[in-house]
Amino acid sequence: MIVVKELQKCFGSKKVLNGLDITITDGESMVIIGRSGCGKSVLLKHIIGLLRPDSGHIYIDERDITSMNEAELSGLRKRFGMVFQGAALFDSLTVAENVALPMREHGQMSEKMIRDRVKEKLGLVGLEGVEDVHPASLSGGMKKRVGLARAMAIDPEFILYDEPTTGLDPIMADAINELIRNLQRKLSITSVAVTHDMRSAYKIGDRIAMLHGGKIIHEGTPKELQNCEDPVVRQFISGSASGPLTDS
Amino acid sequence: MNANQPLVGAQTVGRRVVESLEETGRVFIFFVSVFKAFPGFWRKGHLVLEQMVAMGIESLPLVFVTSIFTGAVAAVQAAYQFQDYVPMRYLGSVIGKSVVIELGPVLTALVVAGRVGASIAAELGTMRVTEQIDALETIGISPIRYLAVPRMVAGMVMLPVVTIFADFLAIVGAYVVAYISLDVPTNTFMEGLRLFFHLRDIFGGLVKSFFFGIVIATMGCYFGFHAEGGAEGVGRATTRAVVSSCLSILVLDYMLATLIFRVLLGG
Repeated sequence: MIVVKELQKCFGSKKVLNGLDITITDGESMVIIGRSGCGKSVLLKHIIGLLRPDSGHIYIDERDITSMNEAELSGLRKRFGMVFQGAALFDSLTVAENVALPMREHGQMSEKMIRDRVKEKLGLVGLEGVEDVHPASLSGGMKKRVGLARAMAIDPEFILYDEPTTGLDPIMADAINELIRNLQRKLSITSVAVTHDMRSAYKIGDRIAMLHGGKIIHEGTPKELQNCEDPVVRQFISGSASGPLTDS
Repeated sequence: MNANQPLVGAQTVGRRVVESLEETGRVFIFFVSVFKAFPGFWRKGHLVLEQMVAMGIESLPLVFVTSIFTGAVAAVQAAYQFQDYVPMRYLGSVIGKSVVIELGPVLTALVVAGRVGASIAAELGTMRVTEQIDALETIGISPIRYLAVPRMVAGMVMLPVVTIFADFLAIVGAYVVAYISLDVPTNTFMEGLRLFFHLRDIFGGLVKSFFFGIVIATMGCYFGFHAEGGAEGVGRATTRAVVSSCLSILVLDYMLATLIFRVLLGG
């Protein structure tokens, strides 16, 4: 379980997170929506310890990660996988080497076992046969899928997705949504995705939370979101250019 | 002229000085964090080897050209200054000492800083702005241990190695010019080279190279790790890495020259 309590974070004079509270239960798929620049990726980076809050706490299975040192965080991160917005594949490594990297760092596996697992993980994302290709030769959708295979390499309990469908064409975006949903159900992973793509949010989320003004202003199932009467939420999910979000 | 202008000017200069000192402190803290991650670096031996090839072996063509011409120019300039005052049999001594103590280590370091320092900053800066360094952390791999330590070790080892080549090539370049243009016979040149030769001069020059290697790797890694703002940020990081490396090499050269050749080895 992930529990975020009263999280505050400023960058210079800009307050990004302003007392944010959210709870994500084991095995659920939580989607966090919000406008560009509202702090969704910042929240995600706090959950995995890449950023430290100014105040507040984050509990992963009742352990407060905000007071952990780097060595403890490094140990905790073995339970996490993260898919970055641009996939963040290592350019100097092949696809197979990218997926194998977490296994080589943390596992006690033989090279043959690693090769077999890499093949298995790439098979799960529908990318058999690209093991020896470098990331520069891959399309955006393929990079995202390799990123996902790498995130799953050592069977994490939690996977974080930072804008998983941004920059993809609608067909590829839907394929990624399907992949995320199927993997989450098949492997019972707790997943947290941040996105401003509503179609993606409805498809992959058991619950959807909206981040606005540094806080979660709504939390509920996709149906509850669609029936929400908060004007800020309504403007965002309808994609309207006029409303409380844009009126000054 | 506004009466406040001198004050504003002084404030600007003062602010810049303070910012430079703060940055120097941050670079030093970064260096200490890399040094603390050294234990066990041999477990990533393949990464160190890759960096040694990139920093050392691949720099050899550039160092070859630079060194040959450095030696050639040194011979021409020395001959010009010797005119009517100093016998040409001392040409070899002057070339040997100046190359081994100063020209070899410093010019090699400046050339390598421009090539390798820029490359390190650009590569790590690109990794930073494309979140690859964040990705390493999420995998539980320390970016310092995985990226910075191999480059630091490679710099410490390969700069002295490349400098040895540079010294040799510079002396060869000087000899060729001395023989062909200055009519200095081979045995005269070689006798001069041997005349005031001391092993400690080579040692002093290589100690300088060792520290220059640390500077180049540290600056490249520091500015690369702290790049932000996309392609423009990477470009800025690259420029700052090279400029900072070159300035640091020149300042460190003075400090090391004083320490090695005046305090430790001097009379």
